[in-house]
Order: sequence, then structure tokens, then C-alpha cells
Amino acid sequence: MKTSKSEKVNNLFVICELENGKVAEISQELLTKGRKLADQLGCSMEALIIGHDLQEPEKEAFEYGADVVWLADDPRLEHYTTLPYTRIAVELFKQEKPQVALLGATSFGRDLGPRVSSALGSGLTADCTALEIGEHTDKKAGKTYKNLLLQIRPAFGGNIIATIINPGHKPQMATVREGVMKKEKIRKPKDGEVKFIDVERFVRAEDFVVHIIERHMEESGVNLKGAPVIVSGGYGVGSKENFEILFRLAGLIGAEVGASRAAVDAGFADHDRQIGQTGVTVRPKLYIACGISGQVQHIAGMQESAMVISINNDPEAPINKIADYAIVGNLEDVIPKMIKYYKQNSK
Amino acid sequence: MKKFKIIVLAKQVPDTRNVGKDAMKEDGTVNRAALPAIFNPEDLNALELALRLKDRYPGSTVSLLTMGPPRAAEIIREGLYRGADTGYLLTDRAFAGSDTLATSYALSRAILKMGDFDFILAGRQAIDGDTAQVGPQVAEKLGIPQVTYAEEILEIKKNTVTVKRRLEKGVEVVESVFPVLITVTGTAPACRPRNAKLIMKYKRSTTISERQNISEDYISIYDDRPFLNIPEWNVGDIDAEPERLGLSGSPTKVKKIENVVFQAKEAKVLQDDDKSIDWLMKELIRNHTLG
Ligand SMILES: Cc1cc2nc3c(=O)[nH]c(=O)nc-3n(C[C@H](O)[C@H](O)[C@H](O)COP(=O)(O)OP(=O)(O)OC[C@H]3O[C@@H](n4cnc5c(N)ncnc54)[C@H](O)[C@@H]3O)c2cc1C
Repeated sequence: MKTSKSEKVNNLFVICELENGKVAEISQELLTKGRKLADQLGCSMEALIIGHDLQEPEKEAFEYGADVVWLADDPRLEHYTTLPYTRIAVELFKQEKPQVALLGATSFGRDLGPRVSSALGSGLTADCTALEIGEHTDKKAGKTYKNLLLQIRPAFGGNIIATIINPGHKPQMATVREGVMKKEKIRKPKDGEVKFIDVERFVRAEDFVVHIIERHMEESGVNLKGAPVIVSGGYGVGSKENFEILFRLAGLIGAEVGASRAAVDAGFADHDRQIGQTGVTVRPKLYIACGISGQVQHIAGMQESAMVISINNDPEAPINKIADYAIVGNLEDVIPKMIKYYKQNSK
Repeated sequence: MKKFKIIVLAKQVPDTRNVGKDAMKEDGTVNRAALPAIFNPEDLNALELALRLKDRYPGSTVSLLTMGPPRAAEIIREGLYRGADTGYLLTDRAFAGSDTLATSYALSRAILKMGDFDFILAGRQAIDGDTAQVGPQVAEKLGIPQVTYAEEILEIKKNTVTVKRRLEKGVEVVESVFPVLITVTGTAPACRPRNAKLIMKYKRSTTISERQNISEDYISIYDDRPFLNIPEWNVGDIDAEPERLGLSGSPTKVKKIENVVFQAKEAKVLQDDDKSIDWLMKELIRNHTLG
């Protein structure tokens, strides 16, 4: 006989990433989104924070909406390594049985997420561009699942968006790229409960078989997320050398230079300039797309720009559908003219 | 001198640069047959790191493992032409529709069947899904450590390996015990080209399925030269539980596929003449979009 009274509502977890002992921006974004999803699900949102030399990250987690913060603090956990972090997340999830777990699609989340999902046999969807709560009816089995996490991402090929679900498995796991969700502080820093994880109980000595010998981290000079104007180049730019005119225009109008994946793959631009589903998401007031066709994975990262100008020699390029101004022509002619007339008119 | 057994996980992927509208199937999976198929780029970087280990430690062996349709044997031949010693093709209709979890289960079963190993190298991610999930999921299933985002293998000691990782914001050097699974980024050295002698040696290498249609005259060469046989394994060969494979073994399901309808903004179309560009720049300055 089944009783429902003992069934507790399972919670939503965000596995947080730290930067200098504080909650990293990507995790602040996930907590903000997680809060909204948890409200819809009628469950609490809990943050898992693992590290050492912590600078009161729980306060930030509370500010971004966490009800509970689970803290695992141990000198051996100062920097991320796969096995001990995996063990802590897996054991905690076995105990708490969350219904949803979110991670950033960073080198941290992309190393840890699949490991945890593999151990728990749960589904994991990478690079979601939207997360919603909804239901699903499996017609064959005649079964309806309520309150599922709808994991929405552009799918391979064409202009297609796929909605992925994990009806039979918990936790439903998803990663999200930096910048996709907006962050917002909604509470006072003290509104929440801290639970300390007994690290010894979860990790074993053999989890510490990978050691960090050296680390050189530097802030990337590229700040796409904060740039008010972005000049972005695609495969149509043709070469790394040709990207120079984009840099010239950008330097002149106070813009940052972005790129499509095809341009990055071809070696025309560095990886940290990639915009789109698997790059950065941006919301500038002006986005100038040069030689970019406008595939859905690219659009996913820039469609919220206030204004879009496209420069493309193909009048039918899909990017023109979302552009405010579509300049039909070769970028090597158009950009020098933009430089010339900006200089003339801005005086 | 030490000798290592190295496994390289590789995937044949549709060339995402050439995706047509009709390449998607109803159920949300990709109709790979409709696209040109290539050796996943970062798997080639992984192969190169494996071959460099073999150069440094002569007598080491490099074995490819790929899961895919029968035609994925093509990338095994590509690997043999570049210096791999053997390659295994995992192919079975029961694998169709596998998500990353079911795929990692199948690969881990095949790896166990292949025997002892010291290193598993794989590309960080495949260009058709970009998930970067299969490597770590395989490592977890095998219960071995992982080092992701590797760019270079720096040093091997008695039972540890030192690896340089390339992360978003810098580099990290880590030391791990082995056996270990290492995923390799595109910033690692490019793969060496095919070697003319190896092409001669392996151009007739085939799987048993590929040999179904060739003329009798050639069949005997596979008895004389067993290295020309590309072993082909199905679900039974790797002792996999069928319910953990394919759609039934995949916790992620595609609920729906939608065509994106962009809210068409009614773009103002401009030509590339001086007058139009002059007008546009004036407009951007006038409405303070540009300062
Ligand atoms: C899983 C996955 C994730 C992906 N993630 C991303 C992502 O994050 N970001 C991303 O951008 N893409 C991503 N992609 C790739 C995406 O599908 C496209 O392949 C890519 O965006 C195309 O880049 P492009 O527009 O620069 O190149 P193309 O599609 O080749 O377009 C080039 C354009 O340049 C124009 N052109 C050519 N010459 C000139 C000229 N002289 N002057 C003016 N115009 C010219 C052409 O008309 C064409 O429209 C992803 C794909 C997959 C499968």
C-alpha cells in the first residue's frame, strides 16, 4: 500500500562555482533562475557550495534566492578536482533526492555535471537557452508527468529548437552558459539556513589522486557581456587578417569584437569571442553582424540586442530577418565606409 | 622502456558546416546519412596525443574505439592511416537513439572487453552536440579519474601522468594516477597527416559487414593478413544490458521540436553605396546609439 503523506517535496539544487571564495557570476545567474523555477514547483532552492577559504558565499547565495546552503569546506577542496567534488554531490543527492540540479556550462560544470549524472544514471542536457516547468503526456504509456523541467536548446541543424525532458529520472540535470540567464538579488543576505557537510563522511582518500601542480588564471581581456556595442564577424570575414577592419571599426566606436563559431573554428578569432549557444550570450544596445548568416545557435546568443545591423552580400541571409538594418554588400567595402562616415559625422 | 596501452575514443560526425533543412528526422534525432561525415575534429587532436605517446614509448599500442553506423568504419581507417594499430567498431541498431549516458554505458562495456589499458584519450566534445559529456560519463562508469580540456601530456612517471589543461581563463597543470581518461581540446597539436605507407598497408582494411559485397577473390587476403580486419561488435559482443541502450537507456527524451519563427523585424534594407552608409552613421549618432 502506498501512502503519500511521507513523500516530501523534492528540492531544486544549484551546484555553485566559486571565484575567490565568492559565488561566481554564472552561479548567481543560475540561482536567480532556480528561484523562479522552485517557486513554480513549490519547493525550496538549495545551493551546494564546495571549497575552502570561503568568503561567506552563503550570504550571496541567499541574496540570489537560496533557502538552504550546503557547505563543504575542507583545505583539500580549495581548488576544483573532479573526484572529491563528484563524491560530495553524488552522496548529497542520494540523500536529498533533488528533482532538479543546475550547473553552469563552464569548464567546472562540464567536468562535474556528466560525472554526477553518470553516477546517478540521470539525464543531463547541455547548454540550455531556456528552462521552464511543464507537463508531458507519454501517449504510448498513457501516463502524464507533471512539473517536469523543460530543457530548451537549439538543436542541430536548421532553425530548430528542441525541448528535452527526463520523465523517468531524477534529478533532472541541465547546464546553462554564462550570460543566458539574468541575475537579480531578491533577498537580504541573512535570509537562509546553512547546513554543513561532513566532508569525511562523503569523500575517500582515493578520491584525491589528481593534484593541481600549477595554475595560471587570468581575466580574459575580452568583455563581451558588458560591451554596449559589439562588432561581430562570421565566416564571411574570410581571414584573421580581414578581422582587423572589424577591430578598427570597434576601436573607433567603442565596441568589443565578437565572432560566430564558424569564424572561431576557422581560426579567424579567439574562442573567448564566440557568441551564441555555446559561446557568450550578449545584450548590447547595438550588434553589428558582419558576414554572419544567422543560424539559430548564433541567434540564441544575440537576439536580445536592442538593435541589429547586418552586413551580408546575400540579401536572403537569415540574419536579416532579425536585423533592424540589413546592408546588402561586401563587408570589405561597407566597413571602411562606416569608418569613414562615422569619423566625418561624429565631429 | 615502458609500453602503454592507449585507447582513443572517436566519433564520426556530420559536418555541421553543411546542414541542410531536411537533415532532421521527425523524432528530433539527426539524419546523419544526409550529411557529409567527418572524423570529429577534437578526436583527431586526441589521436595525435596518443600517437605522440607511442612515438615516445615505442611498443605502445593505440586502439581506436568508435560507436556508430557501419560506415563509421571510415574513421577507423583514417586512424590506421595515421598510425593507430587497431580499431574497433561498435555498431548495432540497438544503439540507435542513445543519449550521452547510454552511449557512455556502451563505450564503457566495450572498453572492458578490450582488456587492460593505461590511457583513454578522447576529444573534449563532438561538433554535432557540443555536450562534452561522454568522456566524463565513461570515466565514471569505469571508476577511473579524468582530466578534461587537456592540451599536452607533459610527463609520465612510474604511475602518474602530468597534463596541461586549457581552461576558459588560463592553464592548469595536474598530475593524475593512471589508468585515467583524458579529454583533449582543439588547442592541442593538430593530427599528423595520413602516411603513404600506412595507406598502402591498410587501404583494404574492412569490417565484416563491409566485406559482404566484395568479390570472392579478395576474401582470402583477410585470412593472410588479419590486421586488415576491423573488429565489429554488437550488443551481445560487449555483454551490454539492452535496456540500458538506445532510446530505452536514455533518460533524456526529445519532447518536441519547433521551427523557430523569429519575430521578423521588417529590416530596413540598405545598399552599400556611400550615401546609404553616410545616412546610417548619421542616424546612429543622432539617436545616440553611437556616442
Ligand atoms: C551544437 C552546436 C552549437 C553551436 N553553437 C554555436 C555558437 O555558439 N555560436 C555560433 O555562432 N554558431 C554556433 N554553431 C554553429 C552554427 O550552426 C553555424 O554553423 C554558425 O553560426 C555559422 O557561422 P557564420 O554565420 O559565420 O558562417 P556561415 O553560415 O558560413 O555564413 C557566412 C555568411 O557570410 C556571408 N558572406 C560571405 N562573404 C561575405 C562578404 N565578403 N561580405 C559580406 N558577407 C559575406 C555569407 O552570405 C553568409 O551569410 C553551433 C552548431 C552546433 C551544431
